[in-house]
Amino acid sequence: MNNQNHLDAQAARSKAYTIFSYVVIIIIAFLFLFPLYWILTGAFKTKQEILATTPVWWPSEFVKINFENLMSKRSAPLFDISIGGWAVNLFGYRFSFAKYVIAGPTVPAAMRWLVNTVFMAVTSMIITCITSAMAGYVLAKKRFWGRGILFSLIVCAMALPKQVILIPLLREMSALKLYDTIWAVIFPIVGWPFGVFLLKQFAEGIPTEMVEACRIDGASEWRTFTDVMFPMIKPGVGALAIFTFINSWNDYFMQLVMLTSTKNLTISLGIASMQAENSTDFGILMAGSALASVPIIIVFLIFQKYFTKGITMGAVKG
Amino acid sequence: MSNKRVVLNTKNHKLMIHETATSYLFMLPFMIFFVGFVLYPMFMCVYTSFFDATMGREDIFVGFANYVQLSKDPVFWKGLWNTLIIVLVSVPVTCAFSLWVASAISKMPVAATSAFRCIFYLPVVTGSVAVTVVWKWMFNNYYGIFNYLGNNLGLFDERINWLGDERFALGCIIMILLTTSVGQPIVLYVSALDNVDKSLVEAAEVDGATQMQAFWKIKWPQMMPTTLYILVITTINSFQCFALIQLLTSGGPNNSTMTIMYYIYYNAFKLYKYGYGNAMGVILAIIIAILSAVQFKLGQEK
Repeated sequence: MNNQNHLDAQAARSKAYTIFSYVVIIIIAFLFLFPLYWILTGAFKTKQEILATTPVWWPSEFVKINFENLMSKRSAPLFDISIGGWAVNLFGYRFSFAKYVIAGPTVPAAMRWLVNTVFMAVTSMIITCITSAMAGYVLAKKRFWGRGILFSLIVCAMALPKQVILIPLLREMSALKLYDTIWAVIFPIVGWPFGVFLLKQFAEGIPTEMVEACRIDGASEWRTFTDVMFPMIKPGVGALAIFTFINSWNDYFMQLVMLTSTKNLTISLGIASMQAENSTDFGILMAGSALASVPIIIVFLIFQKYFTKGITMGAVKG
Repeated sequence: MSNKRVVLNTKNHKLMIHETATSYLFMLPFMIFFVGFVLYPMFMCVYTSFFDATMGREDIFVGFANYVQLSKDPVFWKGLWNTLIIVLVSVPVTCAFSLWVASAISKMPVAATSAFRCIFYLPVVTGSVAVTVVWKWMFNNYYGIFNYLGNNLGLFDERINWLGDERFALGCIIMILLTTSVGQPIVLYVSALDNVDKSLVEAAEVDGATQMQAFWKIKWPQMMPTTLYILVITTINSFQCFALIQLLTSGGPNNSTMTIMYYIYYNAFKLYKYGYGNAMGVILAIIIAILSAVQFKLGQEK
């Protein structure tokens, strides 16, 4: 009987603790959401409301003025593609190709920054997925000379801080004439070995018999990869795709070092540069922040499931 | 079983050559980017740290001069000290907090678990620039809500200049850093808790173990690899804390928020002292490598 009371008391205590922890977590969750709420509402507040010493918790009316100010600040062409602009000497003959630039209509710089950011994130995502899938497949399924060394190099590189290579990278990009182009940001993202590591783990889970059966049936190595291996590691590739997309969107340090001219900035870099110019016009800054963060948050919410999978898969045996 | 068969097959020399050739062809696209934009810069980072390098002229070999200068640079030591404070505060807090949140939300219904997981991950997705800009507003001494709340709740009277005050700036940075670093650990812990062997937990509960005992004696040891991984990544992330500092304080006031990462940036991209910045990068990499190795050693012993 006494024992029963003791158990009841214990159950009650653990129930009270559970309720207490839920309440605390809900409160903390609101605090985590608050900055985002503050960005989204701040973007639509009037200047008076933003600079009020008593915070305005909800805008009395939603105004577009901050977005209009943001858009009128600077302008840039919507896109520009340049072809040529180089010369070679072949057997004493000089072949030169004049530079042709195709430029889009002039639009507010923020629009161009969004175009740049999307282009950068999508391109790095596609190249990363293809190269990582190919490399991950052979690292998992083939036994070849140098495989062990290669894989340890990949793991070591991953453990080192990415930022320390930025100085040499900057000089390299200048030498390659890629400095202040979006490629200077894309190439290092593609070279970062996390994707290979992730897809190697994933490919190891696929039975080797599948690959061998395919070989016996006379399929070429390339066919084996595209028709058998790739469809089977597709969930892993999906996780990697969304992971690369979100991370490259927010890879601020690299963008800061590599991109300088107004037309080449990314959206977060653009907001950062505006912050340096008008540091207390929080209305414009909130509008810019909303523009930079809302698209990526939507992408995250849609593909959330794959994203969390990408994070956890990378950690297994990490 | 299957792996063994492959090894037996590849004893055939000719086949091995063929396998190696095709494998390298498959590796080639990745290797171009990996060698060109990761390995080569890493090598150059070490190499250039022995040179006096700047823009627009040839590098001059100086031996260990950069490292000697570094050891005498008070700002570097201040940066190292601040970085250590950030790591020592944020790593344990991040790990403990995310473990607690994860263990609480993993007992909720699936929809609630994933909703909370999302919410705690949002500051990461929002992006460092947007997050920093809004915090800058909230910390502002005239228009920020922290001073409003503090004054109205009677916590303090004056309008504190949070980011411009040596006493508070680093604390503010650490606080923002915490909100952006718990997302990933929570996701990892939730999935680790899901993978814990349920039958063991049930057996323990039948035997009369309390929830606390079941947690520390059964779940915790099984989650050790996850904890280890989280320790390593949060340490690396805290060492690399940069965007917050560059956008909020630029290392000031009076170097009170100077970190190694920001000092590297300042030297390399403001003063164009590439060799000096690289020497710091090498030191930072060594420190991180040693810490990761120590954490792994400790984790394996347990």
